[in-house]
Formats: sequence, structure tokens, C-alpha cells
Amino acid sequence: MARQSGEVIVDLRNISLRFGGVKALTDISFDVREHEIRSIIGPNGAGKSSMLNVINGVYHPQEGQIHFRGQLRRRMEPHHAAEQGIARTFQNIALFKGMTVLDNIMTGRALKMRCNFLQHAFYWGAAQREEAAHRLKVEEIIEFLEIQSIRKTPVGRLPYGLQKRVELARALAAEPHILLLDEPMAGMNVEEKQDMCRFILDVNDHYGTTIVLIEHDMGVVMDISDRVVVLDYGRKIGDGLPDEVKGNPEVIAAYLGAAH
Amino acid sequence: MLYREAGQFRTSYAEDGRIFPIRQDRIGFALLLLVFGVAVPLLANEYWLKAILTPVLIFSLAAIGLNILTGYAGQLSLGSAAFMAVGAFAAYNFILRVDGMPFLLALALAGLAAALVGVLFGLPSLRIKGFYLAVATLAAQFFIVWVLVKFPWFSNYSSSGVVTAQEVVILGYAFVSPEARYVLTFAVVAVLALAAKNLVRSATGRAWMAVRDMDVAAQVIGFRLMRTKLLAFAVSSFYCGVAGALYAYTYIGTVEPEGFNLDLSFKILFMIIIGGVGSIMGSFLGAAFIVLLPILLDNLVPALFGNALGAGFVSNLQLMIFGGLIIFFLIVEPHGLARLWQIAKEKLRLWPFPH
Repeated sequence: MARQSGEVIVDLRNISLRFGGVKALTDISFDVREHEIRSIIGPNGAGKSSMLNVINGVYHPQEGQIHFRGQLRRRMEPHHAAEQGIARTFQNIALFKGMTVLDNIMTGRALKMRCNFLQHAFYWGAAQREEAAHRLKVEEIIEFLEIQSIRKTPVGRLPYGLQKRVELARALAAEPHILLLDEPMAGMNVEEKQDMCRFILDVNDHYGTTIVLIEHDMGVVMDISDRVVVLDYGRKIGDGLPDEVKGNPEVIAAYLGAAH
Repeated sequence: MLYREAGQFRTSYAEDGRIFPIRQDRIGFALLLLVFGVAVPLLANEYWLKAILTPVLIFSLAAIGLNILTGYAGQLSLGSAAFMAVGAFAAYNFILRVDGMPFLLALALAGLAAALVGVLFGLPSLRIKGFYLAVATLAAQFFIVWVLVKFPWFSNYSSSGVVTAQEVVILGYAFVSPEARYVLTFAVVAVLALAAKNLVRSATGRAWMAVRDMDVAAQVIGFRLMRTKLLAFAVSSFYCGVAGALYAYTYIGTVEPEGFNLDLSFKILFMIIIGGVGSIMGSFLGAAFIVLLPILLDNLVPALFGNALGAGFVSNLQLMIFGGLIIFFLIVEPHGLARLWQIAKEKLRLWPFPH
């Protein structure tokens, strides 16, 4: 299933990230192409989440360069990344617990809303029109992810699998170019995983969103990824098509332990 | 039976975004406005207007201010009374020093002055959170009161430090009678409460709640923490500032900086905890509870025990009952009176056939 992949959209060159004496990432280079599903795999503590945090500006690597659409990116903050069209979900669900599903997803539209707080305080007029216009878009996503029945439910009351789906919805509400998914299927049962796979493929297909995915379920990774990069102890040990990675002896050693 | 919403369909997003989506609520609220806006000033006696209803409204406004900061934006503050003081003294000085200053403009400027000071003391919130931030706002509480005492310019060199609020005149009409003052307070509080409700149900409110619930995720979505938190401090202090100015002008008339002490800050904090953290209506319920309960106990305790107990013992007993009731409430319903009301409404929807 050779999907059409476009040009390189994110290019990471020789990234190194340290926390004091701990080397989280060492000299990692790889790229992400437009419209592809790019997976990052590796054992626990390999630096996968750190990698995502580097891409969207939560962490700042000490060394290396990130080129975004061919342009060198200087040190940037998470909200800059959001403005550039990078959205993400978190490994441990990071929804706003006190808000309803609808409000959570509406926050995803924040960067596209133009009214200021005085207009909000007055409400009737511009703010209300804007609210309704964005609500329309949010309802589209709610429909897409099949969560209509829970839109007015506070997210804290939802089961885990649905919360993951709401978090995906919130990320999608920003209409991102690049979607970073940190273990979207962790802790799900088989049916929920299948649903989530379908949603990820649909998003990729329907909106043309580039997806960078961290996942532990190898079956899922090998099935839906276009290319896979493998990290171990902060180093890159493999990169390529799923089948190439599967056969890579270093990767097998990292996951199963090498024969002595 | 009265509370059925069957047949009420919302056909647009604007209708779905209403403050009161259920028709019965809208009717009920309109009645409430009529009662407190028209009937009460016509019928209530002077004691009720002066000593109960006006302060309840003013404290509600201050509680809304604190609720915006603590309940919606999640920034704990113990400085509300100090921001009220800023508002009260700013209004006093604007009216004193600017010729022909209209009262409502002075009120707005007092709010803005408090907002400015609020932003200043909100700056530490960018680095510190939770209880540590509460301690930082405690600094605001003591510092502001100290400044107002230290520099007599603020109280126009009054020898006792006490200032007497000037007469309130709007468009040539002097608000002297308790009825007039109550109506003025009611109007200001109603407008500002509506604005607060609008803020918290739109994108600004969502930004505050996002920062409250999970600041890293909020940042990744694109909210700027600094801007969001400082806006919360500014708006919150604006409300407290206006409340402080009303406190001086339509309630007690003479104020001194020490009147806005930590006790008052705590009182406002109790109001939002008991009324409901993160609820505009809860601010009103909490303020009413805290103002009314001591008055109720005042009348109830002597009625129950007569004069058999000494006066000193009675006042201590009142404090004990007050504290006990607060603890009782927090255990029974930690989300406050607003949540109790919500639960009651849920029950009423099905009553009398819950199955």
C-alpha cells in the first residue's frame, strides 16, 4: 500500500537532548514527509516522547537543527508550534477535566478565533457569531469521530478509550498539518484499538494530515505506518519501511535481547 | 411536573449556547430579576436594604472576581480585600481630585486601577502555583494596605486615615436613600455579573479553564500562559475593585485601609468555596450564605436559649455554629451550593416520576 508521500516537511538533524547528566536523545536524525504516517518505536525510556516534545517545542535540544518546511527553526515555544500547524495528543491523557467534551474540543479552535475578551464580555454580536461558526467545524469533527452522544458530558466522567478519542478530536479541531500522537492506543482493548486505527487512517486519508505516531503495539505499527524509526537508549537504531525495520538485527536485539 | 423540558428543541448553535437553555429557567430568572430589581426596593424595609441586601450584592461581586481568578483560572489568591481597597480608594481619589467626575466613570476607573495593581501582583503566578502563589498574593494583601496607610495622600491627609465617601450623584440625581443605593448597586452588579457569565462561557473562559486544568496541554494547543493568567488577574481585580468602590459608596460610606484586611479576603474565599468554585451563581449563593448566616444565628440563638447564657458566650457559640456549619457543608457537598442547586434541578426534571 504505497500511499502518496510528499516532500519532506519536518527534517531533524543531529538532535541531542540532555537533562543535566542524562542523555535523553543522542545525535538523532530523521525526516517526516508530507501525508505519511511515520511511527517512532522503541523500548520504554528510549526517548520517543522526548522526540515529540522536541518537535513541538516543549523541549529545546542542546544540539542539532530542526527544519520545518525547509526553514531552519530557531528556539520555539509550544504556542509557536501550534501556530505552525502542529497539534498533539499526550501519553497520559491531558484533557481539561473540568470541562465538557464540547468545550475541550472548542479549545482546539483557540488559535483560529479572533474576538478579544471585551467582545466576549459583551457576547452578542461578533463573539456569538464566531462561536457558532467554530462550533460548526467542531461538530464536523465530533461526527467524524462518532462522539455525538457525549458532547455535553464532562470529560472526567468518560471511560479511558473515549477520553483518548476526545483528545484526538481536540487536536484535530486545530486543523493541523502535522499531528503528533503519543501512544494513542495504550491501555485499550482490541475493539478500541481497531476503532482508533480506523480513525487515524481516516484522518490521514480524509484531511491529508501528516501523522507522527508513537506506539507499542507492533501489529498496529507495522500495519498502518508508512515508515518507522526505531530508538533505543536515546539513539536511532533503525529507520525505514516496516518490513525493513522488522528484519533489522539491531532492532530485534533491542526488543528481544541479543543472543550471547 | 413544572420542570419539563420536553418539546423544547434547540435549532441553532446560538440557542444551544444560551445561559439558560431551559424555558422554565428563563422565566424563573426573569421573575428573580423583577423581584430583586423592582419589588424588593419598593417593599423591603430600610434594615434589610441597608444591612443585608446591599452587602450581599457587593460581596457577590467580589466573590465573582475571586471566582474568575481561583475558580476559573485556577490561581489561588488571598488578596481580594486588598484589590477592593485599591478600588475604594481609587474611586475616592478620582472623585475628589477630578472636577465633575461622573460616578460611573469613577467606578470604572477604580476597577481599572485595581486591574493594573492585580496584573502587577499576578506576575509571580507565571512562576509559582498553588499554595505558594497564595502566599505571594498574601504579600499583595499586606503591602497594599500598608501603602494606603503609609501615604496619607491616598486618604487626603485625613488625620484618622478614615475617608468619607462623597455623595453619589448620577445625572443630577443624588443616591441618598437606601432604596436608591440598593437599586444602583443592583444595576451595577447585574451588568457585571452578566459580563462575567459571558466571559466564562466564551473562548476567554475556556482559555482560563484550560490553564487551570492542564497548563502544559493548554500551551501545546496554543494558549499563551502569561497572557491568559494575567488577563484573569486583571479581570478578577477589576471586579474586586468595583466591589470595593461600591462597598465604600453604597454600603458603609466611611472606609479605612485596615477595613480591607485579611479577614475580609478569607471571607470572600469562604464565599466561593461554599457557593461553588467555578460558578457565577455560586458566588451569589456563597455571599448570601456568609452574610445571612451570622444574622440568622444572631436572632436564633437568643430565641432558643433566651438570656440564660451570657452575651459573650452567645457570640462565641455563634462562631462555633458558623464554623461547624461550614465544615458540614464542605463534607456534604464539596462543590458548593451551586452544585446542590444543580442536583436539585436534575431531580426536579424527573419528579414526581423518577423511573
